[in-house]
Amino acid sequence: MEIKKVGVAGTVESSDINIVIEPSNELGINIYLQSAVMKQFGRQIKNVIEETLKNEGVENAVVRAVDKGAIDFVIKARTLTALYRAIDSNDYTWGE
Amino acid sequence: MVKLRRTMMYVTGNNPANVMDAHLYGSDSIMFDLEDSVSIKEKDSARFLVYNALKTMDYGGVETVVRINGLDTPFGRADLEAMVRAKPDIIRLPKAEKAEDVIEVDNIISEIEKNIGMEVGTTKMMAAVESPLGVINAYDIAKASKRLVAIAIGAEDFVTNMKTTRSPEGVELLLARSQLVLAARAAGIYALDTVYSNIKNDEGFIDEVKLIKQLGFDGKSVIHPRQIGLTHKIYTPTEKEINNAMRVVDAINEAEEKGSGVIALDGKMIDGPIVDRAYRVLELAKAAGVYMEDEQND
Repeated sequence: MEIKKVGVAGTVESSDINIVIEPSNELGINIYLQSAVMKQFGRQIKNVIEETLKNEGVENAVVRAVDKGAIDFVIKARTLTALYRAIDSNDYTWGE
Repeated sequence: MVKLRRTMMYVTGNNPANVMDAHLYGSDSIMFDLEDSVSIKEKDSARFLVYNALKTMDYGGVETVVRINGLDTPFGRADLEAMVRAKPDIIRLPKAEKAEDVIEVDNIISEIEKNIGMEVGTTKMMAAVESPLGVINAYDIAKASKRLVAIAIGAEDFVTNMKTTRSPEGVELLLARSQLVLAARAAGIYALDTVYSNIKNDEGFIDEVKLIKQLGFDGKSVIHPRQIGLTHKIYTPTEKEINNAMRVVDAINEAEEKGSGVIALDGKMIDGPIVDRAYRVLELAKAAGVYMEDEQND
């Protein structure tokens, strides 16, 4: 899945995370994260973003995220929203 | 045990903090909204958020409801595709005007349930009536699908369509509310009242809850946690009501044992409807946790 434009989702309100997904010329998924809980949860947040994108077949992307204490399902939901906005599609396959 | 639907709390579907915490305030049901409280530009993000919440969160047995966008919008069908798979207890259709509106949603849900190998009929439905035509067709709507467990009235659109506004006494809603309860009772499903928007006016809210309880509604949609306790207090039978109901039930049991037909309590004849009401009081009290079956014979 190739990202051709910028997709943005989420807010910087408490319990949310703002995610910006951009096309990338470099290989891999590069995540730039700001979070008040970076020391404790930074790795975990990045893992959720990366795993969500890889499950959708994304190989190369730049992700800029500002976390305000989002838990995993919120991070996943915002990542998916930003991604589908970035690829201009509503064609997500909902799991059963 | 009778299912209580005294309060259904609205939760904005695109607000993570609310979606995470909604079940903690003690309402009987929580309703994640994908419709009016979500802007057109955020429909996709609310859908992803509520879907992932329902797939992940343990709402501790609190009944989960999702209000989808109508099928006459570009979002309704996609909401259904996601939400049937997310498996809330109930999918709520807004702005139902005729039986066909409900049947159309029912058919799409059946199709999705079949596609994912889910037993057809598992997903329950609610329909909200929010227009003069919907009120006129309330009974047809209420019996349009076996999935329907409740119908609700949405007052804001209704009063606007009626070219009036909401008053503290609610006279402009009297016919619509009455018709809705009639339809629900005739169809054997629950009737839920509309929201009360001024969260700072407890007195006005309490008056309205007393009114809708007297009209026969099973409960009310609420928009703030503070409205939950106020509603439950009004809907929970009092100690006096419970004691009276227990005496009626004792009297009827005693009469049955003796084989006597007509019975009296405190000089008043006890007939079928009085006994039914007594059982209803005890059922509500039991469900609300203020009465145990064993107390009956103490």
